[in-house]
Amino acid sequence: MRLFTIRGGVHPEDRKALSAGRPIEVLPIPKLLHIPLQQHIGAIANPLVQRRQYVAKGERIAHAQGAVSAPIHAPTSGRIVGLGLYPANHPSGLSVRTITLQPDGKDRWHKRIEGVADPFALEPAEIAQRVADAGVVGLGGATFPSAVKLGLGKRYALSTLVINGSECEPYLTCDDQLMREQAEAIVDGARLMARALGVERILFGIEGNKPEALAAVQQATAAFDGVEVVRLPMRYPMGSEKHLVQTLTGKETPARGLTADIGVVVHNPATAFAVYEALRFGQPLVSRVISVTGGAISAPKNLRVLIGTKIEDLVEHCSRFREEPARLIAGGPMMGQPIPELRVPVMKGTNGILALTAAETGRREPAPCIRCGSCVQACPCGLLPLAMAAQVRAGDLDAAVSSGLMDCIGCGSCAYVCPAHLPLVQCFNHAKGELAARGRAKQKQTETKRLAEHRAQRLEAQKRAKREAMAKRKREADLKKQAEAAADSEGAAASTPAAAVEEVETC
Amino acid sequence: MLAPTLVASPHAHAPVSIERTMRLVMLALLPATLLGLWQFGWPAIVLFAVTLGAALLFEALALLLAGKPLKPSLLDGSALLTGWLLALTLPPWAPWWIGVVGAFVAIIVGKQVFGGLGQNLFNPAMVARVVLLVSFPLEMTQWVGPQPLFFAQTPGLGDALTISLDGLSAPWDAMSGASILGQVDLALQQGSDLGAAMPTLFPPLGALFGGIPGSLGETSALLLLLGGLFLLRKGVIDWVIPVAVLLGVAVPASLLHLLDPTRFAGPLLHLLAGATLLTAFFIATDPVTSPVSRLGQAVFGAGIGLLIYLIRTFGAYPEGAAFAILLMNAATPMVDHYLKPRIFGRDRRGQALPVAGDAAGERKR
Repeated sequence: MRLFTIRGGVHPEDRKALSAGRPIEVLPIPKLLHIPLQQHIGAIANPLVQRRQYVAKGERIAHAQGAVSAPIHAPTSGRIVGLGLYPANHPSGLSVRTITLQPDGKDRWHKRIEGVADPFALEPAEIAQRVADAGVVGLGGATFPSAVKLGLGKRYALSTLVINGSECEPYLTCDDQLMREQAEAIVDGARLMARALGVERILFGIEGNKPEALAAVQQATAAFDGVEVVRLPMRYPMGSEKHLVQTLTGKETPARGLTADIGVVVHNPATAFAVYEALRFGQPLVSRVISVTGGAISAPKNLRVLIGTKIEDLVEHCSRFREEPARLIAGGPMMGQPIPELRVPVMKGTNGILALTAAETGRREPAPCIRCGSCVQACPCGLLPLAMAAQVRAGDLDAAVSSGLMDCIGCGSCAYVCPAHLPLVQCFNHAKGELAARGRAKQKQTETKRLAEHRAQRLEAQKRAKREAMAKRKREADLKKQAEAAADSEGAAASTPAAAVEEVETC
Repeated sequence: MLAPTLVASPHAHAPVSIERTMRLVMLALLPATLLGLWQFGWPAIVLFAVTLGAALLFEALALLLAGKPLKPSLLDGSALLTGWLLALTLPPWAPWWIGVVGAFVAIIVGKQVFGGLGQNLFNPAMVARVVLLVSFPLEMTQWVGPQPLFFAQTPGLGDALTISLDGLSAPWDAMSGASILGQVDLALQQGSDLGAAMPTLFPPLGALFGGIPGSLGETSALLLLLGGLFLLRKGVIDWVIPVAVLLGVAVPASLLHLLDPTRFAGPLLHLLAGATLLTAFFIATDPVTSPVSRLGQAVFGAGIGLLIYLIRTFGAYPEGAAFAILLMNAATPMVDHYLKPRIFGRDRRGQALPVAGDAAGERKR
């Protein structure tokens, strides 16, 4: 298949050999699970259970709130021992609402968990509904509720489903290993997703540094028409949805738009696997595959881990640290986030735990920008990172926006190649956060103004109503008086009452 | 256990730094520099050392005055490289104070006044060279033929100090003369047929390997080219600017040479002689003063090449590289403003691309 080139990008050392090819091990059930209620993009899930309640594996413990949200299920059987705040797997280290589960070790599935004999006989909407009920979110790290994306066929003219097996982040091998071991299940899940979307064509994009995964998926798709496996060139950020679609189709997603605008929906292979489990076995998303790797980890591994397991337990299982890590990251090194402390839990979107040595991070003190333009050459979005950074530093956020700040995908290619080691991504994230705060402040202001005007109108209306009521009462009183006067002086001039009414009306 | 570190991604970095860039550029300049120092002997060595030392001294002075710490800036190699490049463009036997004044102009006026590394609009070494050329035309145009070290008739260290302190005097001034480009200019002014005069004036092999009169580091085209290719290989410079500069020189030179070979020298002279190669690979590629986008760099490089040729051929000076660089440096902000890359998902004017099958092109979700 003919591939198209994308602009920019970098070639970081992939360092995948640390954990590549290591079979997925199932992590033993830990003593406690801390299951955050906010593991997805969208509204926080609402807890359904109470303390001391016994739950079976796969039982729903929190339900979705709103259109973009996802339910959460018990990762194993056991007793709910806590329902409160627990540190989040987020750089801030702030606490989020978390359900704490004490496993009973039996790992007993809920009795109502059962699969569909022939899921391909289901209506597309029914497939999406089952995916929604299983709490499946994008497992590549974005954690967008998958069912919402499966419903895009209703609003967009779609032609292709792309399975994003590029795994372009260095170090990570979880998708690679899953594709090697579960290729048939992933293909089955992908075909179900294609049915939900109403598309005939499925493209598997896999970077060339994963020959085993390519071969496995190739073999698993051989029997199906309309499914194609594409060997992608190795380049970061090949896994960026819009850039992947451009590589495969040559079509460019319009700014601020979705790939669905050009007829393509992209899903991750681990998501396809979760869809397969949800449809074939009725099993909700309660575990995922994670690469625990990096130069500071003693024994890098690919683990299948229950959601809510403490990161400490994963590190323990990988024989702890070879040396004190300089940095502990959730996700890949290019876009991952620092882990605030080891007791935070694994979430649905956690695809890697990296313990990096100081040498691996390559950190140096920032120096002045020498305008070399490396960032411009590296930017896959055609931006001028150095100019934007200067504008942000000068506090001119509007100029940065007109330079394309909002088109930045935060991939970090610019900061990766910067010889001055400038923290460009941090600079842009700061600006985006500041703009979001300003937007919220502005919205609050307009809302306050609207409410104030509304109140003034309401008060005015009340006053008017009062005045009218008073006038009405006065009129009635006058009429009554006149009627009495008229009754007193029968035969007096008939024009007087009319004049009196007129007088009342004009005041 | 770990202290919480609030660091932004990426958590990996390409093995690059400003120091590495400067180091590699100096490494690439080393062969041509060593050849120059050997060819022109002790006076050149004295001038080179004085210029580099003065550059470091002025950098330190400026940093002290600005209240900035000495350590990272002084050691990043940028001041050293500026001094180095300046020294390579000086006449090899120029007196010591030429190097000092040049270093002052380059570091203080050309760079630190603008705010230091990364802030200057003009290439500091070229600012210094132009100031020197305009202010001290005599000292800046006295070229000597190669007087390699370790030969009987070449000046020793003592003689070198005399040359450096007092300027060229008997018997050494007998060795001075014009550079090749100057000689070509002279021949044209005297009405010679360039086609006939060329073989004696311009030995291409000499220009390739060195051994011709010229600036300290500009005599061997081959070594400069090798240095440039090394930088390309190492990814320190991009190919766009060097190729554009060389084409900017070669294309007009070829055209006019074809039209009238008696009046216009061919492209080989313009490519190999003078500062063309040093400019193309080492000076025009200065990141600070060149545009950031590929297209901008192409325009910038081609402009420099064309200006070099025009100044050499039609201007008053036999060599125009420094002027060409400064003129295009001045154009860089404008080039950067107009020649930006196209943003993903947008057209050249910054409007979002239309959605197929949506005539209005503005779909609201």
